[in-house]
Amino acid sequence: MSILGTRVVRTEDPRLLTAGGTYVDDLRIPELADAARVTFVRSPIAHALITGIDTTAAREAPGVVAVLTAQDLDDLPPPPPPPADGGGGEVPEGAPLPLGGLWSEPLLAVDRVRYVGEAVAMVITNDSYQGEDAAELVSVDYEPLPAVVGIGTALETETLLFEGTESNVAVTSGEATDDAVFDGCDAVIKQTIVNQRLAPMPMEGRAAAARFADGKLTYWVSTQNAQITRFILAGVLGLDPGAIRVIAPDVGGGFGAKVGADRDALLVAWAARKTGRPLRWVETRSENLVGMTHGRAQEQTVTMGGTRDGRILAYRLDVVQDTGAYPRMSGFLPFLTKLMAVGPYDIPHVQTAARTVVTNTTPISAYRGAGRPEATAAIERAVDLFATEIGMDPAEVRRKNLIAPDKFPYSTPTGAVYDSGDYATALDKVLAGAGYGELRAEQARHRERGDVVQLGLGLASYVEITAADAAGGETSRLMVHGDGTATVYTGSSAHGQGHHTAWAMLVEAELGIPMGSVTVIHGDTDLIPEGVGTYASRSLQLGGVAVVKAAQDVKEQARRVAADMLEAAETDLELDTEHGTWQVRGDPASSRSWAEVATHAGSDGLVAFVQYIGGAPTFPFGTHLAVVEVDTETGKVRLIRHVTADDAGIVISPVLAEGQRHGGIAQGVAQALLEEMMYDADGNPLTGTLADYAAISAAELPSFELLQSETPTDVNPLGVKGIGEAGTIGATPAVQNAVVDAVSYLGVIHIDMPTTPARVWAAISAARESEEGQ
Amino acid sequence: MKVTVTVNGSQVEAEVPDRTLLVHFLRDVANLTATNVGCDTTSCGACTVLLDGRSVKSCTVLAAQADGREVTTVEGLADGSGEMHPVQRAFQAEHALQCGFCTPGMVMATVSLLAENPAPTEEEVRSALEGNLCRCTGYHNIVRAVLAAAPAESERRSS
Repeated sequence: MSILGTRVVRTEDPRLLTAGGTYVDDLRIPELADAARVTFVRSPIAHALITGIDTTAAREAPGVVAVLTAQDLDDLPPPPPPPADGGGGEVPEGAPLPLGGLWSEPLLAVDRVRYVGEAVAMVITNDSYQGEDAAELVSVDYEPLPAVVGIGTALETETLLFEGTESNVAVTSGEATDDAVFDGCDAVIKQTIVNQRLAPMPMEGRAAAARFADGKLTYWVSTQNAQITRFILAGVLGLDPGAIRVIAPDVGGGFGAKVGADRDALLVAWAARKTGRPLRWVETRSENLVGMTHGRAQEQTVTMGGTRDGRILAYRLDVVQDTGAYPRMSGFLPFLTKLMAVGPYDIPHVQTAARTVVTNTTPISAYRGAGRPEATAAIERAVDLFATEIGMDPAEVRRKNLIAPDKFPYSTPTGAVYDSGDYATALDKVLAGAGYGELRAEQARHRERGDVVQLGLGLASYVEITAADAAGGETSRLMVHGDGTATVYTGSSAHGQGHHTAWAMLVEAELGIPMGSVTVIHGDTDLIPEGVGTYASRSLQLGGVAVVKAAQDVKEQARRVAADMLEAAETDLELDTEHGTWQVRGDPASSRSWAEVATHAGSDGLVAFVQYIGGAPTFPFGTHLAVVEVDTETGKVRLIRHVTADDAGIVISPVLAEGQRHGGIAQGVAQALLEEMMYDADGNPLTGTLADYAAISAAELPSFELLQSETPTDVNPLGVKGIGEAGTIGATPAVQNAVVDAVSYLGVIHIDMPTTPARVWAAISAARESEEGQ
Repeated sequence: MKVTVTVNGSQVEAEVPDRTLLVHFLRDVANLTATNVGCDTTSCGACTVLLDGRSVKSCTVLAAQADGREVTTVEGLADGSGEMHPVQRAFQAEHALQCGFCTPGMVMATVSLLAENPAPTEEEVRSALEGNLCRCTGYHNIVRAVLAAAPAESERRSS
């Protein structure tokens, strides 16, 4: 029986549990034995001109090796010239690249700062305590400018973040103004929805170490992508990629915010070359919450129309993306939001438009879901508003409009091609699994009794896109050694997902070499020069398939070797994957082990390299149901149940897949209930520490109820889709809808996230006042 | 000042600046790097260790405060035979860790919890671990691991 689909515990765990991981700050290696510490001096002001930087006192402080500012960046190749139009308009809409030209972001602030936390100077000291002391002695003269905070201000103010631009709108795409599509609708709802700014907050913040010796840079970084980081470093430093080795040691979570390497991390490599000292930088949490990119931060206007019997005929989504101080991803995030706007529904008319604005806040980038949770949150709220408007149960409205199973592959009005799905079955599984009918009856009893604590049910049906950049592919090199063990070098990059376990399972299934004899290596560009890494839930369907293909290649090589050993025809040979042995078909006595075959093949005899580029994006789907209790006197919300069916095709490792779902659900719930990165009107962060930023804890969550659903895809040979981001996509709107549902009987139709007690209480009070006023 | 701490049964003695935090003493002086720093406001619990058998957040304890006392970190949890501690075993069996960064603190907080309450309910586990943040697991499997470890840990402590 194949190991695939069985419950295998992780091979990574004993080390992490007994010795702890080796994150950047834990590296105790000779190359970094005399590493000095980097401490950044960051802007305390959201928007200001820099009129002077005095580093004299800092340079004289104990333990200081160097103090560096933008003036010292004199040994770098010039950035590419601005596009002819003076703006950044040459970046294709779907490319997650920084907007250049007038919108360019410097490595270190030159004469202007645009957000609190922007790096202004680097202090290099022998230890980190000295760094904190010396950084305080760097004196920066700021001439404050009006701060642009919030989307409304960005659109209305005359204050521009970037000189020479005409407005704070950096990217515009699409039109959503044709009202004729709503003609013929019995009911039309319209709502403005805030999809608030979040901090990705991996438990390990950003960290990097660098050593420049003998013309070669060795760079350790907490990243999701060693190879992409090497490419970026080569460009920034003007080095040949061959002169750079990037190593991703253990990485303490990424969630999209550690794709490649940030400016601050790149500067560590530059400064190591500049000073000739090995350097290490590990940010504090307070730095992380303002220095690492944030996610989400959209304001959406949804319009939905349809018939009284529940058929949705038209949907419009107008997005404004707050991209923070610098458009690091151009218009990529709202591009994905627009692409996935219509969700799992068969809606004849769909219009989308997006604007991306700059504000004096931390730059926005990918965070678990990256544009897709925003799409799902918008349409799932709209469907509930529409259901309320026509007086139909939201489950029924969803069922009536889900794309039917016989319509796949399905081309959406927004240009996506959904590969496979059975959306209504996922919905029905959740309704049955949760006992939806009984929950509605219980809700009615709460309402009849006039209970202070009311019950709310919230649904979200979703479809998302994974491996959106499947064309980028992934690499794998696999070798079987003379002792019968195997080594896999993967271009994918683990930071908690369990790649080492999953890849070893794939090898065992294909070759019969037991997992315990399979070593998986990732994240080292000297060993794996070619690779892409991990984001967009791409690993299994690209990197995993690459492992399988490399194993198949090695298997054919071994067949030839075994045929030679046994003097038999290749076609007469078979691999017994139960025992990991080759034999002439039907002749167990001829059995040869992998060790024997590999030894016969000679050193480097059984090796295969695969660059798998054959895949296409896949579209996982599912339904989430949240059950909440809302205290109508205090506004306090408690999530009491969360039931989901998440279908990501064939499941290779149920344990890992469930882990991904759990983690995603928690982050999704956190957005609905608690988390928000907040600023005051002057651009000062109000949630700049973990004492203020409401990262969700065990005490605020229930155990989750996961239902299984496996609909294969035919776009890759494993039949798999990505599962990393389903949780944040499905959970957020389900919980938000549940909160609104709990108090909808009072006349509340919408509450923005996070649905904090203050917000919920205010919504209840407003509804009651409006009731009394009538 | 001179600080002497018994860490995982071994005496560690060093002259350190007065302001040295216990977590940095453990990481940089004792060279035990499993204990991580995840925040600067005593909010996340990644640095949780046992000080004289009770859990503390070692980023909020001065090394000087641990002078003459005993500290246990996750490196000191497994017995000499190489067998993992019941809590460590349960964390692996229940897939209660992903990136591993919060894990040492989470494991030590669990050991402390089970010493105080050998048979906690799910609600008690969730409440007890409120000060230990995890960003990967959604806590679901951590809670299951703690509940699963409780009987084995009770047995270990009574034997």
